[in-house]
Amino acid sequence: MSLTLKVNGTSHTVDADPSTPLLYILRNDIGLTGPRFGCGLGQCGACTVIINGAAMRSCVMPLSAVKSEVTTLEGIAKDGKLHPLQQTWIDEQVPQCGFCQNGQIMTAKALLDKNPKPSDAQIREAMNRTLCRCMTYYRVNAAIKRAAGMIAEDRSAGRKEVLA
Amino acid sequence: MRSFTNIPEQIENALAKVAGTPSRRTLLKSAGLFAISVAAVGPGALVRQAKAQAAADTAGPYPDPDFRQVDSWIVIHEDNSATFSVGKTDCGQGTGTSFRQIMSDELDVAFEKTTCIMGSTDVTVDQGGSGGSTAMERDSWPMRRVAAEGRRVLLEMGSARLGVPVNQLSVSDGIITVKNDPSKRVTYGELIGGKRFNVTLTGNNINATTGKARVKTLQEFKNIGQTPQRYDIPAKVDGSLKWAVDMKLAGMVHARNVKPPLAGAKLLSIDESSVRNLPGFVKVVSKGNYVAVVCEREEQAINAAKKLVVHWDRPATPPFPSSENLFSYMREVMPKSSSKPVIVGNPETAFKDAAMVIEADYDIPYQGHTSFSPAHALADPSNGLMTIYSNDMKSYGMRRGVAEFLGMPREKVRVVWMEGPQGFGRTAAEDAGAEAAYLAKEIGRPVRMQWMRSEETAWDTKAPAFAVKIRGALDSAGNVVALDYDARSADYNHVGYNEADTVLIAQLMGIRRETPAAGSASLPGEMYEIPNRRMGMHVVSLPMVWETPLRTGNLRDPNGPQSTFASESFIDEMAVAAKADPYEFRMKLLTSGTGDDANFKRARSIAALKSAAETYGWDRRPSPKGRGTGEILTGRGIAYAFRGQTIAAEIAEVEVNRRTGHVWVKRLVCAHDCGLMINPQSLRHTVECAMLHSVSRALHEEVQFDTEKVTSVDWNSHPTLTNADTPERLDVVLINGDPNPNRPDLAPYGAGETACKPMLAAIANAIHDATGVRLRRVPFRAPRVLAALKAAQV
Repeated sequence: MSLTLKVNGTSHTVDADPSTPLLYILRNDIGLTGPRFGCGLGQCGACTVIINGAAMRSCVMPLSAVKSEVTTLEGIAKDGKLHPLQQTWIDEQVPQCGFCQNGQIMTAKALLDKNPKPSDAQIREAMNRTLCRCMTYYRVNAAIKRAAGMIAEDRSAGRKEVLA
Repeated sequence: MRSFTNIPEQIENALAKVAGTPSRRTLLKSAGLFAISVAAVGPGALVRQAKAQAAADTAGPYPDPDFRQVDSWIVIHEDNSATFSVGKTDCGQGTGTSFRQIMSDELDVAFEKTTCIMGSTDVTVDQGGSGGSTAMERDSWPMRRVAAEGRRVLLEMGSARLGVPVNQLSVSDGIITVKNDPSKRVTYGELIGGKRFNVTLTGNNINATTGKARVKTLQEFKNIGQTPQRYDIPAKVDGSLKWAVDMKLAGMVHARNVKPPLAGAKLLSIDESSVRNLPGFVKVVSKGNYVAVVCEREEQAINAAKKLVVHWDRPATPPFPSSENLFSYMREVMPKSSSKPVIVGNPETAFKDAAMVIEADYDIPYQGHTSFSPAHALADPSNGLMTIYSNDMKSYGMRRGVAEFLGMPREKVRVVWMEGPQGFGRTAAEDAGAEAAYLAKEIGRPVRMQWMRSEETAWDTKAPAFAVKIRGALDSAGNVVALDYDARSADYNHVGYNEADTVLIAQLMGIRRETPAAGSASLPGEMYEIPNRRMGMHVVSLPMVWETPLRTGNLRDPNGPQSTFASESFIDEMAVAAKADPYEFRMKLLTSGTGDDANFKRARSIAALKSAAETYGWDRRPSPKGRGTGEILTGRGIAYAFRGQTIAAEIAEVEVNRRTGHVWVKRLVCAHDCGLMINPQSLRHTVECAMLHSVSRALHEEVQFDTEKVTSVDWNSHPTLTNADTPERLDVVLINGDPNPNRPDLAPYGAGETACKPMLAAIANAIHDATGVRLRRVPFRAPRVLAALKAAQV
């Protein structure tokens, strides 16, 4: 069955059963391998994508349930510039193996989009269901704080430009 | 033009991405070798150029790269950059970056102008892949010596080119200059770029590989000791890296296993009609008790594996005791093997004459590797060859195992190593590679095998369960006079290295060794000066030996966390009996030592314990602390261990909720000494993550099973530490306790696993300090802690 979905600003028509989890469509049909298979049960977060501003687990979301644009890890850099979270992820050298980091970054992005200045406790709470078997949680949290700072600075710099 | 197999452009590019190198084609072009072969590319190709003709006469196009050739390790390009090829894999600790630091120092090229290719069996020499924390301690040495030899050869070439003796030349960043006339210069790239060294090395084995040059001293390093960022991270955060799990080939199909529902179940029949008409169905493949379904699309294979009707025969006898009865079984059963006990002094008399004797049993359950990604591999059977794209940490072992399993000459099989999830040792026996290869050969198309989560958690390799009994004797002054340590491990079918007769597909097919490869129990490190000691080890077997989901494998420091949990908990118990501060008690046992102190291990242990205590702000007093009246009880515990030459002293501070039994590890300190530090930031991160992995093992991880099957099948039933439970503060103190810390020959020791060892005991000791209750059974999940608190009327 032919279905159309929009991912990272581009429309794709895919021929698949509508019950197919979005994850396999992204990885196998569209070629976006940022989201990854970790459990297929919605438990670990490796497959996280953003839909309507919310971090969603694409491994348990059937294609037929996708009604809005999907954003994947590959789609958060803008104009050739890494998203602040991607940059601070490098600055803090967050990953150990890196396999879960799609989930960490995308969950963190959904958090910062809603709450640009999260407290430590809010970060821990928001990230608690996104597992990392290497246990990079400290660096994940440090990178989120740092990215929140970067985003705030960018915004105030942006305002100045407008005023000028 | 000779072409051995077809490698699609995307794979070439992905490989290039993995190694952070120019694509192999580019590499070849710069080496002027593109016409030789598309497959035999990279530095290995340089070696194989001479062998290309010979290859026609040998069994296949993938002979082992020759470790006695400089060209197998180093390629210098015309632009004065260098590519290093090493027979190692990176499980996430950033070893590739460290190898670049080491080799660029010895070769004297700019770090930024180097790249590293790892673990692909046809282009990198066989250093065994990863394992045992050997990357820096053992395997960096041949790299250093080969790079030093490369530098020596290049200086000689520079001398001939410039007409000046070598001793009047200097070299930096790959540029050779005449010392008293810097205008006279020549670069490595100008001397040898794109050409072969043709320099033969010596050494009886790969670890002994050497040339004539001396390696540099501590004082001469430029990159070692620095913290350049890891080269693999950017592509991991922008989503552009192609991992082993991402590989695709034209015509590829997807496979899923159908495992026996009960351990030891025998396959009676398969009703293929249950899936034959499903969309995308390709084939059911089965042999013995091995069953797999192959479909065109991934979700179709998942669906078909769920729907396939298979009839199994329930085993006549239970394959194992339930996890609740495991330890009584392990203590009662006759061991399969027992080591000759290590006896020092006269323990029997010492126990008889002691003022006080204490005794305790410690139980550590099976714990799973539970890799974050279930096992996966892609196998390509094109042209009668076999290429496996895999994250196997011991890719060379997989190549040998698969070749033997399929009855193919090794020279026709290669494993292309690509990044994968950490497996903490799981990928030493990762199973999917042999399965994908078997299915690919059966079907004649590239097959991608991927395990599901329930399959991985239930059927991966496990760290062996341990049941340990320890007795200790003290004199009237509270001095330890004797120790009797006796450990039993359920480690009778220990697998690793993807051997043809131990990999799970082989076991399920009934291909077996005469006797299993038994693992071992483990002795605690013997640094404490205890005059009379007896130490014994036994391996026990569960009733079911083969094709069991309780196969054991090397989980990060295979036995250290188990044996150290027992031994370092018991040292604490003796300190309690002696009414001594647990830190001072350990220091006394260490400082009174007069025995062997090779590599200053005792001096470095003392330094590590001191450093940990100072960093934490250790308050010296006996444990337990004395309970308050509040809901939250707090305490601190210390434990220490070494692994090889590496020392880790750790302190845990805990909060125990008296009402719920929940334990939160609030603060952690580790003082860590692994000698020469190659990349302190990578090291710090590795230690931090190793500590937290053991926190997870202490608090959460246990493989549970009934008498028929493993019931831990996902992240709910085999939980792991989460972000919110992470300690509030964690300090890693990297120390160098060598009496002469600037020794020119200071050596690096392993760092991947030592910090895992003492943590379980440090936490148990802290819980005892907080509550007065001694937990001798791992993990300290809330219900178990609560029951213990209630039993002690806390």
